[in-house]
Amino acid sequence: MIGVSHYLILSGILFSIGFIGVLRRKNLLMLFFATEVMLNAVNIAFTAIGKYYNDLGGQMFAFFVIAVAASEVAVGLGLLIVLFKKHGSLDLDTIAEMKG
Amino acid sequence: MESLVYIALFAPFVGSLFAGLFFARSPKNIVVGIVNSSLLFISFLASISLAIHVFSHGAVKVTMMEWIGVGDLLIPFGFIVDEVSVSMMVVVTTVSTVVHIYSNGYMDHDKGFNRFFSYLSAFVFSMMILVMSDNFLGLFIGWEGVGVCSWLLIGFWYHKPDVSPEVNPAISPSYAANEAFIMNRIADLGMLVGIFLIYWNVGSLQYDVVFPALKEYAGTVTIYLIGITLFIGAMGKSAQFPLHTWLTDAMEGPTPVSALIHAATMVTAGVFLVIRANPIYDMIPEVSFFIAALGTFVAFGAASMALVNRDLKRIIAYSTLSQLGYMFAAAGLGAYWVALFHLAAHAFFKALLFLGAGNVMHAMHDELDLFKMGGLKKVMRGTYLYMGIASIALAGLPFFAGFYSKDAIIETAFNEGAYIIWATLVLTAGMTAFYSFRQVFLTFHGEERYKEAGLHPHDMYTYVLIAMSPLAILAISAGWFQEEFHNFIIKLLPDYVMSEHTHHLAIYLGALVVVVALVGIGIAYLKYARTGKKAFKQDAKVESGFFYKLLINQYYVPHFYRFAIIEPYKKLSDIAWEIDKRVVDAIVDAIARVIYKSGDASRGMQNGNLSSYLNLMGAGAVVLVLISAIISLIG
Amino acid sequence: MYEQIAFYLFATLTVILFFITVMSKNVLYAMTSLAAGMVLISGFFFLLGADFLGVVQLIVYVGAVMALYAFAMMFFDATKDIKATHEKPLLVFFLGGMMALVFVVIFSAPVIGANIEAHYPIMEDVGNAQMVGMILFTKYLVPFELAAVMLLVAMIAGIILAGKKMDHSLTTNIEDVKEELLKGKK
Repeated sequence: MIGVSHYLILSGILFSIGFIGVLRRKNLLMLFFATEVMLNAVNIAFTAIGKYYNDLGGQMFAFFVIAVAASEVAVGLGLLIVLFKKHGSLDLDTIAEMKG
Repeated sequence: MESLVYIALFAPFVGSLFAGLFFARSPKNIVVGIVNSSLLFISFLASISLAIHVFSHGAVKVTMMEWIGVGDLLIPFGFIVDEVSVSMMVVVTTVSTVVHIYSNGYMDHDKGFNRFFSYLSAFVFSMMILVMSDNFLGLFIGWEGVGVCSWLLIGFWYHKPDVSPEVNPAISPSYAANEAFIMNRIADLGMLVGIFLIYWNVGSLQYDVVFPALKEYAGTVTIYLIGITLFIGAMGKSAQFPLHTWLTDAMEGPTPVSALIHAATMVTAGVFLVIRANPIYDMIPEVSFFIAALGTFVAFGAASMALVNRDLKRIIAYSTLSQLGYMFAAAGLGAYWVALFHLAAHAFFKALLFLGAGNVMHAMHDELDLFKMGGLKKVMRGTYLYMGIASIALAGLPFFAGFYSKDAIIETAFNEGAYIIWATLVLTAGMTAFYSFRQVFLTFHGEERYKEAGLHPHDMYTYVLIAMSPLAILAISAGWFQEEFHNFIIKLLPDYVMSEHTHHLAIYLGALVVVVALVGIGIAYLKYARTGKKAFKQDAKVESGFFYKLLINQYYVPHFYRFAIIEPYKKLSDIAWEIDKRVVDAIVDAIARVIYKSGDASRGMQNGNLSSYLNLMGAGAVVLVLISAIISLIG
Repeated sequence: MYEQIAFYLFATLTVILFFITVMSKNVLYAMTSLAAGMVLISGFFFLLGADFLGVVQLIVYVGAVMALYAFAMMFFDATKDIKATHEKPLLVFFLGGMMALVFVVIFSAPVIGANIEAHYPIMEDVGNAQMVGMILFTKYLVPFELAAVMLLVAMIAGIILAGKKMDHSLTTNIEDVKEELLKGKK
């Protein structure tokens, strides 16, 4: 029988994969992919816990997370385009501007 | 009468504020001198009126306000004008009025003219608080106030550089000022302990409460401790051995200061304290006798040091020490009124002597070496007259002030059967006569040695000489009122009468003292006053003798202090400084260095690369998750 | 039984696909595997009985978001390999591994608070979409409206940010093109 911990462990592994992506990626677009992975991992956990407690709240949260992710992508991609126009690159090493 | 008390007390204070607040930074302004002298004169008039009032109606007691009220401690800011304090007030205001007027002339060319008057008036104010206060704490405030003013005035010419002790034993005015202040501080601690002891046992500091209450403690250790600690305070202020070295060094201050503070008033505060606290000292005869013995010892020692000194002002300073010794001898033997009488008489003639010395200094362009003077009587007639009068009074020749008061002290010693003290005091009287006339003869008689130095001395301004005349009159006549003073003062102080036996011998005793004094004067005349072939010359043989060396070096007491206390203390301070540098500072520096280095090391984080920021943030997130996991697993 | 098989299948596939997303040097591979992973995640939602959420996942993520990514990628040079070499790869995997380990440990531990009471219990006889609609338009009405406004704002912001100077290419320099054209003429 597949219990809630199966889902939670899966979610943890997926989250960690996204985390590794965040750490190792230098390309901003790929960083966005990694955050998408993490968001999805969290959605699974929400839904699984909601199911476990027999509560719809989990699904609601996952729902809003999807909404937030959608708007994040919309704004984020717009910003990426502006950045690319300015620097001609999305590599974080080349656009390091905050150096003190 | 209350308003007179306040006028007498606050007139000098107003003068001090006037000079200090409005003229502190302005150049010499004669208005300051005139205003301050007038205010002092007003204070003097108020004191005289109070004296008349006290004479006919008894003591005046006023309470200005409640000063300290904490729990059970209640100390009003009150003043008492009784027989003792009013005589002190008259003495203080008389001398200080003269000194104020004198300073107008003496400080004529000094840049710090206004500042000087501010300090001088502040001193008089403090002194008035000291003598008028009706409790020990007020006395202590005045005590400290005169100490501060003394420090300010000794170091008045603070800009003079330090020189080696061989050139000038006082090193420099600022050094002398600090020496005086620190020595007084040591003594003041003793006095403060005494005051604490009184409060601890009696629960009050008012004289009229304390003295009756202390009667119950007769014969206990407490009363001995109180008497001893209070006397330690008196020893510092009145420069008694072993705290005496500051007084001669204090001569670095301007001469009017020496006249007012270090001869007439402040240094007598110790005697005043013993007189004021006479009910305590009556209960502890052993301590009292020790005071008398110490006074006699100081009288003799100081007089011996004065015999060989060549510095005009230092000789007078030694003589002050010696006369203070006389006063303590009288007070210690129980003759408080005699001590007070000598205090008053001494104040007049000693101030006169100092002011005369100031005139000589002024004429000789600050030259103080007696061996460079001589024959000045032709050019400085007025000063010669004044210093002659003062020296006769000091030597104790008949019909002058010093004769009556000093003779009374010597008689007291005889009457008490303390023959060693008596003999020492008689001998000291002879030495006093010798050194005071040695000084007069060297200054005014003999060859005109000053011409070798190319000086053209001239006498002081006439108004200054006129202003000194009251002191001269008092130096002659103060002794004539011995009986009146006696009757006045014994209303408060315990009477002291000679026994029948002494009374019969009094005339012979007096004659003996006079003869001894005359012998001293005669020797001085033969040795120093003559001109021509037999004129005085420096004798290298005498000057290399053991006693001469001993005396000129003040029995090596200052040397002893320098090598036994000051040098080790300096070394200790050096060690402490090293410790401070290597331990305390090192710790502080290390803390600063850690912060600096960690900042330096962590600056690499701020490389502007978003990716490395993300990595750091991720590492932080991992740590946080770890911590929360551990907490949740444990909890 | 089917549920178990489905879970493990989906789990293995999602882990692999997302791993490709994170590790691949090629943007196209990464994006494609991400899209495939999203589809499989909707499978988990169906398994968990959250039908509506699964549908939304398919529509929003796989439909809208991935399409947006695909369009955005057209602005950038997608054919180039992505430089993604970290200076300390070991550190990255250590941190990631730690994270995974901690999560696994926590989640496999006995669940605390098992007696939590459900605020919005799932009713058996009502369909999931209906149920979600009931909750969403009653209890979560305000957040829902706020999310709607937020999406609108995000849309406008995206248009404005991306829409500036869309008349010339981002990847090719116009001067280079002119030069090439001039060269061709010669």
